Amino acid sequence: MNWLLDLTPDEWNAVRLSIKVATVAMIASLPPGILIALVLARGQFWGKTLLNGLVHLPLILPPVVTGYLLLLTFGRRGPAGAFLAEHFGIVFSFRWTGAALACGIMGFPLMVRAIRLSVEAVDRKMEAAAGTLGANPPWVFATITLPLILPGLIAGAILSFAKAMGEFGATITFVSNIPNETQTLPSAIYTFTQVPGGDEGALRLTLISIVISMAALVASEVLARRVGRRMDIE
Amino acid sequence: MTVLVDISHRFGDFAVDASFESAGRLTALFGPSGSGKTTLINLIAGLIRPDRGRIAVDGRVLVDTDAGLFVPKHRRRIGMVFQDARLFPHMSVAGNLRYGRWFTPAAERYADFDAVVELLGIGHLLDRRPAKLSGGEKQRVAIGRALLASPKLLLMDEPLASLDEARKAEILPYIERLRDETKIPIVYVSHSVAEVARLASDVVVLAQGHVVASGATGAIMQRLDLLPAEERGEGGAVLDTKVLRHDEAFGMSVLGSAAGDIRVPRLAAPVGAPVRIRIRARDVMIATEPPVGLSALNILPGTIVAVRPGMGPTVEIAIDCNGAIVLARITEQSKHTLRLRLGGKVFAVIKTVSFDSATTGAGLPVEADG
Repeated sequence: MNWLLDLTPDEWNAVRLSIKVATVAMIASLPPGILIALVLARGQFWGKTLLNGLVHLPLILPPVVTGYLLLLTFGRRGPAGAFLAEHFGIVFSFRWTGAALACGIMGFPLMVRAIRLSVEAVDRKMEAAAGTLGANPPWVFATITLPLILPGLIAGAILSFAKAMGEFGATITFVSNIPNETQTLPSAIYTFTQVPGGDEGALRLTLISIVISMAALVASEVLARRVGRRMDIE
Repeated sequence: MTVLVDISHRFGDFAVDASFESAGRLTALFGPSGSGKTTLINLIAGLIRPDRGRIAVDGRVLVDTDAGLFVPKHRRRIGMVFQDARLFPHMSVAGNLRYGRWFTPAAERYADFDAVVELLGIGHLLDRRPAKLSGGEKQRVAIGRALLASPKLLLMDEPLASLDEARKAEILPYIERLRDETKIPIVYVSHSVAEVARLASDVVVLAQGHVVASGATGAIMQRLDLLPAEERGEGGAVLDTKVLRHDEAFGMSVLGSAAGDIRVPRLAAPVGAPVRIRIRARDVMIATEPPVGLSALNILPGTIVAVRPGMGPTVEIAIDCNGAIVLARITEQSKHTLRLRLGGKVFAVIKTVSFDSATTGAGLPVEADG
């Protein structure tokens, strides 16, 4: 067991960075994810199919293509990237924030799908009942809709986190593979496999990767079950 | 307190074009399914926006399409009890009950939590989850939840329709208490003659999206032609009576009414309690002379005030028994043989056993179910 935990500082950094990137990607995706899921589940508007397609694009495109598109838009000279850097000081290219952005985008369709399904399952009559009791639409959302879609939110968040932990193609294309800055677990494993004698390191990180993913999965199961028991919908 | 509705609304090939005004304690919107009564109540609650029209409750205009006015449902302060209860599954019973209170301005909160819980007998359910309740308990909690938002008007959309007879009998007394012990006016949707006759002070009869009649319950219930075909046998006179005494030896209760004493099977209601009874027209026999040697215990003398053709080869005879109208449905042949006509002195004969819990109500149960 010792060799498993005996990580070099660079390897530790890759583990920490991966968890940080995945967590930030998941949390930052939640608000837009809920919004888009609500719009897709309930909205009736021109261009809904287009929006749906756009959201699902990262799922169908080769990750390299997504990464390259991000580089074009959010790179230093990209329109969005230049704007954000100039006005808000937010820089994505070759930073861990860029890795989080890439991971968030790649996991977004999975998150939206999970939340959308749970929004569609919400009995809108419950919301109408809350309205007759005096709750205005924002309160209805906060006290009725949000708690009722909680299982879907948890599922969506964990899917997004898991996807971020495994994201490789878009991340390496957009922010490259810089140790201590953008080198997440998959990139680090990839690097090990490219050098002679890197097998042991690759295996160590692979096992750690499995453990983290399994832990996330178990955590989501436990959470979902607890929420489900609390709710107990007949 | 008046409710004024004058709207026309259409969706698909169904149109509701109705107007009525009621100042009753409990106004029943009565009609067969598809008559538009649920649409009307949803319009009052603000769940539907009408194509055209006006709705006002107690002088406050809620909808006026001409003026472009539409008060959203959360600002109407109108409580609603749905047929399917709609309790929030992620909250306890207590959480459900307290929900509306949050949104009620402190100055307008008149409903007292403990009083409502006591009124509905739901104190033992407070910690439970809605999924663990029986149908009748859910409906009582739903009524409590609506009441605790301190509404200015309470709407009830067939609250008993999805319950079996035993559950209905369990809830009806609570709705009677609600009508008699609180000041909130109620609009109650139903297709059941038994519920309307027992609960309503006023009735608005709907058919195919139109109001066909409206008025006091006693008057409307005698218009058998207004009742849906499958409920017509349930129609008849509605009398407000008082329990005079109980006859324990024979298992009967004696009710005092304007028409005279009426003997019914033993009721749970105590002596002195008001009881509203319904005498089905088909249960009433007519005699032209005081009957002798007859098993029926209720013989009410009166005068024929109306003779109307009924369904098929029957006639409906309205008999004024000392101010109370009793309705009888008899065959054309009987009318012919007895030579019944307006102004004739007759005796309305009603068997005690023709009364049942659906026509006398059971009074409040001795103890609430657990």
